Amino acid sequence: MDILVCVKRVPMVGGKVVLTADGQDVDTRMSGFTVSPHEECAVEEAVQISERSGGTVTVLTLGPPEAADQLREMLALGAHRGVLLETDGREWGPVATSAAIAAAVGELGPTSFPLVLVGNEAADTGGYQVGIRLAHALGRSCVTGIKRLDLAGERLRAWREHGAGQEEFELGLPAVVGVKEGINLPRYPSLPGRLRAKRAEITVLKPVWQADGLRKVSLRVPAGSSQRAQVLGRGVEAVPELMRVLSEIGLLSPASRANADGIVA
Amino acid sequence: MSGAVLCLVELDGDEIAVASQRALALARLLAADAGALIAVVLGGCGDGVAAELGRRGADELCLVSSDEIAGYAPVAWARSLEQLAAERAAVAVVAGATDRGSEVLAHLGALTGLPVASNCVAAASIGDGSWQLVRHRWAGSLLEDAILEAPCALLTVAADAAPSEVASGELASGEVASGELAAGDAAVADPAAARGAGGTAAPVVTFTPALEPADLTVCASLSADQGGGMSLATARVVVGGGRGVGGPDGFAALEELAGLLGGVVGVSRVVTSQGWRPHRQQVGQTGTKIAPELYLACGISGAIQHLAGCQAAKHVVAVNTDADAPIMSRAEYAVIGDLNEVIPALVTAIKDATGRS
Repeated sequence: MDILVCVKRVPMVGGKVVLTADGQDVDTRMSGFTVSPHEECAVEEAVQISERSGGTVTVLTLGPPEAADQLREMLALGAHRGVLLETDGREWGPVATSAAIAAAVGELGPTSFPLVLVGNEAADTGGYQVGIRLAHALGRSCVTGIKRLDLAGERLRAWREHGAGQEEFELGLPAVVGVKEGINLPRYPSLPGRLRAKRAEITVLKPVWQADGLRKVSLRVPAGSSQRAQVLGRGVEAVPELMRVLSEIGLLSPASRANADGIVA
Repeated sequence: MSGAVLCLVELDGDEIAVASQRALALARLLAADAGALIAVVLGGCGDGVAAELGRRGADELCLVSSDEIAGYAPVAWARSLEQLAAERAAVAVVAGATDRGSEVLAHLGALTGLPVASNCVAAASIGDGSWQLVRHRWAGSLLEDAILEAPCALLTVAADAAPSEVASGELASGEVASGELAAGDAAVADPAAARGAGGTAAPVVTFTPALEPADLTVCASLSADQGGGMSLATARVVVGGGRGVGGPDGFAALEELAGLLGGVVGVSRVVTSQGWRPHRQQVGQTGTKIAPELYLACGISGAIQHLAGCQAAKHVVAVNTDADAPIMSRAEYAVIGDLNEVIPALVTAIKDATGRS
């Protein structure tokens, strides 16, 4: 079976988010870009399926020409083909993005991908919509939030967390599945994988931007992110102070201990 | 703008789920400008729910009942909201940004062709089918001021916003009628008083949607609890371990400390991506969001994706060799030192103090 995986290029952010002067974007001059974590797991899942049962994995992204870098990262993990829906760098909303992907699926072959995997939500915009809108555009079933996937012929079973338990879904192909990090542990790219990815040809399509109904005005960093911790001490010498803090929070009281004793860890 | 505001309410047993409480708070503020607030519950619920919804400002409880919907069926739920919104001339449909709330509203957006604004912390109508919003990006590490243009606003409300951060989620312009969520749960603490109503139970109406077989193709069945003790999401104490733990063997001391404090161990993303601990213990944007009394973060530098998962922690104490680590801007207290020395010493001290062994 041939699988399509949709990924998004997002800024690589670590300890601090810095915005550009105009407040429109995350400043990436010092950080660079990566693929959203859920989507990296979607690629790993697709590669594992293709290793077990054959078929190919096509990885698709919508973004500026530089987003080809992220496609190559995913090709290095074992995906076979890359498709770039090239934009001029403007931000695309979920309505426009899903429409462009649906059109691309039509162009690449409407029946060529019985299974489409997406990340559950993008790390930056967290819209939770592209996969679902894509499923509607393609007339397919869709499940999201998936942390375990079993494929058997034309049927798939999928599980997601719900409270302390799980919800189980069973549906037929073709389908769109939104997966979450934790469904697998993505591999590191191998050297042959990197070399293959470097040489791979990437199919480029150029969709037309459309307004989405939701327009970003500007970004800002929430207030209150600039406090500093009060240092209780250095090394083991700080333990008495740490005990005082635990006691003040009420964690060393007899009631707390009784509570603790009652819990099955 | 006049018309009803629908709020999809999820239940946690007989209680209104926390995420839905936040959604109701925002929906009630929108309804103050628009008209009636209709709380929508799929399936049945106890009498206590209507009373609680009344206290939270709902004018009606609409029970969507259908023999065809057995359990959670995302498209059928969205179809029900679509038909109810049309019948009641809704100007907004609001849900908590849970897996289900986000999924149902995305389906509703796809069915209607309307945009969806996810993870909102504030919203207000500015007329002519336009809405001014503040929403989360990067799971709340950034705020986005945005304009939504839609005849019916489809909004999900950030389920895990920290009180301090929601307070700063005020609308950028001071001119609009504020649809801002108050700090913490203040907006829902005494909604009846805020509304000037008597807090009587919301009258119950039922709605039967017209569903097609295709709306019911995807339907969840519930599996039994996974078991395995206390949930990370609801634990009173979380002892966190990061790269500084050094390897899979380093977690024994953290487990022992968590046990003594009646808590559980949580980890950072690097720990799970190294394969040291399972992903279900991961705290953060792509893991579990925690809300303990105490989060003791050991050897965790504090990437924003990790901090997004512990915004709701009441007290954060960091143990780290690096006094300049980003976690220090979130922690209330810090111990500068090697966790592999500090934690065993703390375990001994707690045992001495409490007479446990």
